[in-house]
Amino acid sequence: MADLSVVAADSGTIGSPAVNISIFGAFVVVTLVITFRASRNNKSAADYYAAGRNISGTQNGLAIAGDYLSAASFLGIAGAIAVYGYDGFLYSIGFLVAWLVALLLVAELMRNTARYTMADVLAFRMRQGPVRTAAAISTLAVSLFYLLAQMAGAGGLVTLLLGITGEAAQALVVVLVGALMIIYVLVGGMRGTTYVQIIKASLLIAGALVMTLWVLTKFGFNLSALLGDAQAVAVEGRDVLAPGAQYGATSTSKLDFVSLGLALVLGTAGLPHVLMRFYTVPTAKDARRSVVWAIWLIGVFYLFSLVIGYGAGALVGPETILGAPGAVNSAAPLLAFELGGTILLGIIAGVAFATILAVVAGLTITASASFAHDVYASVIKKGQVPPNGEVRVARITAVVIGAISIGLGILALQAGLNIAFLVALAFAVAASANLPTILYTLFWKRFTTQGALWSMYGGLITCLVLIIFSPVVSGAPVNPATGLSPSLFQDVDFHWFPLNNPGIISIPLSFFLGWLGTVLSKEKPDLDKNAELEVRSLTGIGAEKAVQH
Amino acid sequence: MTEPAERRLLTPEEYRQAQDSPEFTELRRRFRRFAFPMTVAFLAWYLLYVLLSTYAPDFMATPVFGNVNVGLLLGLAQFVSTFVITHLYVAHANRRTDPIADEMRERLESHQYAGGGRATDLSKGSTRG
Repeated sequence: MADLSVVAADSGTIGSPAVNISIFGAFVVVTLVITFRASRNNKSAADYYAAGRNISGTQNGLAIAGDYLSAASFLGIAGAIAVYGYDGFLYSIGFLVAWLVALLLVAELMRNTARYTMADVLAFRMRQGPVRTAAAISTLAVSLFYLLAQMAGAGGLVTLLLGITGEAAQALVVVLVGALMIIYVLVGGMRGTTYVQIIKASLLIAGALVMTLWVLTKFGFNLSALLGDAQAVAVEGRDVLAPGAQYGATSTSKLDFVSLGLALVLGTAGLPHVLMRFYTVPTAKDARRSVVWAIWLIGVFYLFSLVIGYGAGALVGPETILGAPGAVNSAAPLLAFELGGTILLGIIAGVAFATILAVVAGLTITASASFAHDVYASVIKKGQVPPNGEVRVARITAVVIGAISIGLGILALQAGLNIAFLVALAFAVAASANLPTILYTLFWKRFTTQGALWSMYGGLITCLVLIIFSPVVSGAPVNPATGLSPSLFQDVDFHWFPLNNPGIISIPLSFFLGWLGTVLSKEKPDLDKNAELEVRSLTGIGAEKAVQH
Repeated sequence: MTEPAERRLLTPEEYRQAQDSPEFTELRRRFRRFAFPMTVAFLAWYLLYVLLSTYAPDFMATPVFGNVNVGLLLGLAQFVSTFVITHLYVAHANRRTDPIADEMRERLESHQYAGGGRATDLSKGSTRG
């Protein structure tokens, strides 16, 4: 395991930890007050899971952007562009185009047919127990991957920004972040979490706008000059303006990139915490409006990231970035310090922490809702739960998941994986385990329970097995600069799958299994339920209404 | 699962009846005629871009003006196409599918699809053309 404390002791921290902590503290205080105020209206399950379906389309668009623009987008993509140039840009394009799948095929239809979770739609015309269980398992798997990525980001930031170097002290910070997140979720439910996301997204986009304009001003708003300077200081022999710096080395790495591209574009519409956001608005039209807002906000933000990334490359330099604690992920904070000194760094650092906190809260509420609603209420209790029994279980689950993510966060502190890359794995799991079943359920009349189970379990298991036996976990060549292998485990090698991202195998396989399971099953599709699902999804009749307070 | 009373108000027969109605067939056709080909188109365009970036880096590195090359312009074109498709979809939904969906929802709420025969009236302008 990499020992971050040594790295930190060598290069030290930047900025003033006191300023960084107080800006982050102000965010926490403001959002906690709002969360407590929002909690007054939390009475029913619809309040806790879906914010009473009273969030407007515009607000939800901001909240979706808040959920989606995680630490991976802000720190990982800017860092990848700063160091690898064009190949980092490719990430953001996949992340953006993916929203069209959600807009055209998924968002409105899901809003019209579900109550609280992804499984509500997937189990609609199938046998409830097995399909809900499978959907809950894949929801938990995707959420935990995503949580791991966020916590890894928190680890790097802590070292860089708070001047905390001891492993015990870093662990304490992760515990604090986890505890705060649990408070947001327990007290505020989905409504509180939504407000946190909205505030965070506004701060993040405003911060990125300031940095973008600042960088462009330095280059007289001449993009070509910015690119030229970024190329001039690039790692020797690396063309940061053209594709290939990160993925172009061998035919394996090229295939790996295609696999990544597939996972990115097909993963978004299968992310449970994104799907759950569609249930917080009153109607399908608001769901559409919220995705349109999200696409504009996310698209503009990624354009900012392009400038920030090349700006960090040109003004800070890839060698300084790679030498800093948190490596690639430290590019945006380092650029903020270079541009605006302690104060801008403090703001950007505060926003980055807020990002992690808000995304982790969103993931936790999704995972806990899925367990309470799909596994506890529907499978274990067969729908026989006392009023509020389900929400009580959801709250307990949120604490358990919070504890797990604290544990993962402490582990993630010790491994220096790129966050954008970890998130890409979460996308691969979502695209393999969830998306095929979602599309078949909505658009293929003959689809059966067996098809759904084969596709979900097949996609999930293939994905996990391929990741375990990939260079992500073991056997990646040692990086001469750090003397460490980028794999999770050092000094062992049990990998046989050559690619880092399993999407190119697992996604088509999952689609195939869904088809095969259906044509081989003896079960007849439930035509009544199919009629209900289809009519409801397209007309919005019988859709859950907003809660009136 | 205990379902809210309002949802039980519609019987399976009503849903079957509604699903078989000509206006629903038209609604589904309009939705799919836009969504499916457009999905194929933007996925193909995205995959083309990914494959060019991966297997034709020299082409992507061709300078266009200053330090701006083909790859960067194609990447920015992906942003533009995403914004344009978003706009087209919203316009399509507002003009072509929402009117039918709204009308059908009202009829379903007043149980016009209950009991045999076609309780449908295609002459109401919005379902046409």
